[in-house]
Amino acid sequence: MADLRALQDGIVNSQIWKSIFRVGIPNTNRKRVLAVLGSLILHLHPVKVRRSGTRMSYTWCMGGTTFFLFLVETVTGLLLMFYYRPTIEYAFTDIMDLREQAPFGIMREMHRWGAHAMVIAVWLHMFRVFMTGSYKPPREFNWNVGVILLVLTLLLSFTGYLLPWDQLAIWAITVGSSMARATPGAGNEGPMSGLIKLGDIRLIHAGDDARFALIGGRSIGPATLLRFYVLHCVAIPLVAGFLMAIHFWRVRKDGGISGPL
Amino acid sequence: MSEEITPYQVVPKTPLAGSAAGDIREQGEITRRNFPFVLTAAWLALTAALGGLTSVLGRFMFPNVLFEPVQRFKAGFMSDYAVGEVDERWKDKFGIWLVRTEEIMYALITVCTHLGCTPNWLPTQNKFKCPCHGSGYYKSGINFEGPTPRPLERAKIFIDPSDGQIVVDKAKQFHQERGEWVDPESFIKL
Repeated sequence: MADLRALQDGIVNSQIWKSIFRVGIPNTNRKRVLAVLGSLILHLHPVKVRRSGTRMSYTWCMGGTTFFLFLVETVTGLLLMFYYRPTIEYAFTDIMDLREQAPFGIMREMHRWGAHAMVIAVWLHMFRVFMTGSYKPPREFNWNVGVILLVLTLLLSFTGYLLPWDQLAIWAITVGSSMARATPGAGNEGPMSGLIKLGDIRLIHAGDDARFALIGGRSIGPATLLRFYVLHCVAIPLVAGFLMAIHFWRVRKDGGISGPL
Repeated sequence: MSEEITPYQVVPKTPLAGSAAGDIREQGEITRRNFPFVLTAAWLALTAALGGLTSVLGRFMFPNVLFEPVQRFKAGFMSDYAVGEVDERWKDKFGIWLVRTEEIMYALITVCTHLGCTPNWLPTQNKFKCPCHGSGYYKSGINFEGPTPRPLERAKIFIDPSDGQIVVDKAKQFHQERGEWVDPESFIKL
C-alpha cells in the first residue's frame, strides 16, 4: 500500500504530470469550481445547469442534436476528403468509388443523411426557440446569430450538393445559383443594378455580377466545382464554427437554457 | 389545497407494491448502491464506442483498390531487345530497366538505393546517375560513386513457358549485397 502511495506521489509530482495539469488535485469546493473554470475541456460545459434545461419535452435537444450532427459531418467529411478529388475528371467516379470500393462505403451515406438530418434538426430547433419565446430579451442577439447559422447550414447543404458532379447536382446548382442573378445592385437581373452605368454601358452584366463571383464563370463548370469544394470544406465550416462558439457562449451568458416562465 | 401541479413542484412518488416500508425508490433509479455499476457500464460503453471509432478510422485509411501499375507484367519477346543496351521502354509505366548482355538478361528496379529517387541512364557515359545526390551505378547496377551504400535491386524475371514472353515481377526483389544475384530467378540465361 505504501508502495502504491509512493508510486502515485511519484507520478503526480513528476514534471510530465505537472506540465499537463497545472493545479494539483482540488480538495475544497472552491478549488473544484476553479478547476472546472480553469480547464479548457471542462469549462465548455456550464458549472451548473437548471433542472428545466435538461427536460427533453421542453428543449427537444434539437440544438445539441444539431451540434452533434455537425461533428458527425466534420468527421465523416474529413474522411471523405481522403478519397475525393474536386475535378471534373474524377469527382463523380470518386464518389462511386467511395460507395463501392473504399472501406466503409457507409461513410458517404452517413455524410449525406447526416446533412439532411442536420437541416431538419436546425429547423426544429428554431421552431422550439420560437414557440417557447426564447428569442425575447436578453436573448435577441443570440436569435440573430442563430438565423445566420441557419443560413450557413443551408449553404453547407447547397455547396455539398454539387460535389457528386452528377446531372442532379449540376442542374440543381444551375437553378439554385440563378438566384444570385437577382441580387439587388450586384446581380445582372437584380433591382437597381440597371442603374449602375457608365454612359450607356451597363457595368453589371453576366460576366461580372454576384453569380459570376459565386460560381467562377458564366455557367457551372470546373471552377464552380473547385469553388464549392473549398466553400464546403473550409470557408463555411470555419465561419460556422466561430459563430457556434459565440452562440453557445451567449446561451450561457444570457442566463442558460431558457426555462418555463 | 389545489390539485394543480406547477412545473417545479416535486411530486411524491408512490411506493412500489411489495417494497419495504418507507422505500419509495422506483425500479431502474440510480442509487448510491448501484451507482458504481452504472458508472462502470458507462465507461465501458464509452471505451467500446471510442475503440470502434478508432478502428474504423484506421481501417478507412487503407484503400481496397489501388490506382497504380500492377507489380507483374509481360515485357514482350527476347528478340525485341538489343544486346548490350539498357532498355527504357518500361521505365515510366512500371519502373523497370531491362538490360540484355551477351550472357544474361536482368530487370533493374529504377529506384536509387540511397534515398529512393529515380536515376537516369546516361548512354554516353555508360552509367546510371541519380540527379538527387549524384549516386552512380554501372550498367550492371553495381554502385561506384556518390552516397549510395549498395547496388540497384533486380526484380524477378522469367520466360513464360506458355507463350515465350518475358515476365517481370517486381513483388520479388534481389539484393546483390546479400548474394542474391546468383539466384536463377534474378536473371534469364541466354
